[in-house]
Amino acid sequence: MAMTATQKILARHAGLERVEAGQLIEARLDLVLGNDITAPLAIIEFEKLGATRVFDPERVVLVADHFVPNKDIKSAMQSKRQRDFARAHQLPHYYEGGDGGIEHALLPERGLTRPGMLIIGADSHTCTYGALGAFSTGVGSTDLAVAMATGKAWFKVPAAIRVVYRGKLRPWVGGKDLILHTIGRLGVEGANYRTLELTGEALAQVSVEGRLTMANMGIEAGAKNAFMEPDQATLAWVDARTDVPYEVVRSDHDAPFEATLEIDVGQVEPQVALPHLPENARGVSQVGDVAVDQVVIGSCTNGRLEDLRVAAKILAGKKVHPWVRLIVIPATQAIYRQALEEGLLKVFVDAGGIVSTPTCGPCLGGHMGVLAEGERALATTNRNFVGRMGHPKSEVYLAGPAVAAATAVRGRISSPEEVA
Amino acid sequence: MLLEGRVWRFGDNVDTDQIIPARYLNTTDPAELAAHCMEDADPEFPGKVRPGDILVAGRNFGCGSSREQAPLSLKAAGVACVVAASFARIFYRNAINIGLPIVECPEAAGAVAQGDRIAVDLGAGVLRAGEASFRVAPFPEFMQRIIAAGGLVPYTRQKLAKEVQDP
Repeated sequence: MAMTATQKILARHAGLERVEAGQLIEARLDLVLGNDITAPLAIIEFEKLGATRVFDPERVVLVADHFVPNKDIKSAMQSKRQRDFARAHQLPHYYEGGDGGIEHALLPERGLTRPGMLIIGADSHTCTYGALGAFSTGVGSTDLAVAMATGKAWFKVPAAIRVVYRGKLRPWVGGKDLILHTIGRLGVEGANYRTLELTGEALAQVSVEGRLTMANMGIEAGAKNAFMEPDQATLAWVDARTDVPYEVVRSDHDAPFEATLEIDVGQVEPQVALPHLPENARGVSQVGDVAVDQVVIGSCTNGRLEDLRVAAKILAGKKVHPWVRLIVIPATQAIYRQALEEGLLKVFVDAGGIVSTPTCGPCLGGHMGVLAEGERALATTNRNFVGRMGHPKSEVYLAGPAVAAATAVRGRISSPEEVA
Repeated sequence: MLLEGRVWRFGDNVDTDQIIPARYLNTTDPAELAAHCMEDADPEFPGKVRPGDILVAGRNFGCGSSREQAPLSLKAAGVACVVAASFARIFYRNAINIGLPIVECPEAAGAVAQGDRIAVDLGAGVLRAGEASFRVAPFPEFMQRIIAAGGLVPYTRQKLAKEVQDP
């Protein structure tokens, strides 16, 4: 029976010839991931298990990225718990500070995520690595604890939905716009429990970084994982970052897909998702007159170099609107350094923006840009739920870096065409 | 297991930021988490929820972040069971892993109101609300074993102990 690439990866890691949707399996894990919010809880559960060592120190990655640099004593204690664990177990892949960054930008950059791998992470945006042809999915802390101890996890084999992108991209449209439009079409529950396989010839026009953005937001349609078949661009990107061998896995031509959604990308203008759900996506020309107090460019979704380059192109020689706070957050230290060398950070600062060290901070209302009651932000982040970036009566609009930069200049949600 | 309690009603797409806002994720202490459980959805909830109460919501309950602090805060607040029309998958998985009873039942989710008393019989797979009674699909056998053990950690501990005795 034909299988999707996801099903093949799961079958291989479960030691099975084939699997089918709905089947419960136990699978071997290639990589497990935790962060300063989820690992502290996992470490408590790890100890309750009576475990004394991790299954393989090379395969356990811990990243301090959410509330770092630590925002208060409690978060410092949580970070310390994770750091102490990493040292006690001599984990070579523990990252923070000058060595660190936001996990879902950092792991691909370090070549830790490769095609064909099976990865779980105690962070919902772990689905990002599907852009490189891996199976990766978010879990909770207890799953992480058991995975760190045993190197295994249970899975229900997912059915799949396919999205086929065709046509020619319009100016200023990137991966973020395509995925927001897709979530708008599917709904926030549209891919619940399922694989979201993203395919079609139009994706060749989207950079690997843009594809990471797309897979990253698969969870916002409820997907268990996102999957993109690696092409030459993907493989070149991966090969530039690792020498570790990997295997490319593809869906069978007659693989079972529950549904197929076709999208003509030529019809998709830069997108904005309105409060309070990512599915409230529409073209920027349909948003109306919306003033904002803050613009955030960053996060595991859109804090990569390409995002900063797009934003800098629009902001170069311009000024941020006097009533807007523009916060730019390179997602990793390597991106920060490169942006420094390219002069991108100078563009942001000259425009009146501020540049932060890598952190998830404002995306989840943690720190570094929390909203007051009644305030409104436009952010390149991934969620616009009630209270996501601060006060329960604040609002978040989601968009890509081009709309974000244009909005920072004009002080109201704007198309890049209006300022470029 | 028979759970009988007073209903707290919530709507569709209650995300984990509403269940436990990220500003409280600088702790893993269940009691501290419980003190802020659901406060952005209903500020009165943490002060008025009583042990044994049952939360009834619409579709896609628990969508968003993977924070296990979400089901943990509900459990620590004394919520006996969450009934929803549907659950987001990470929340569903986390609830089973930590031993918080959850029930997917779209019919019941549409039929009960705030303050109603309902009874959920997990063994028999029945939910009763006044005169009405609804079937609840049973969990797969594998998940039932995790639930019976009290969660994934005790389940795995038993399994590992067995492997040591009987390699």
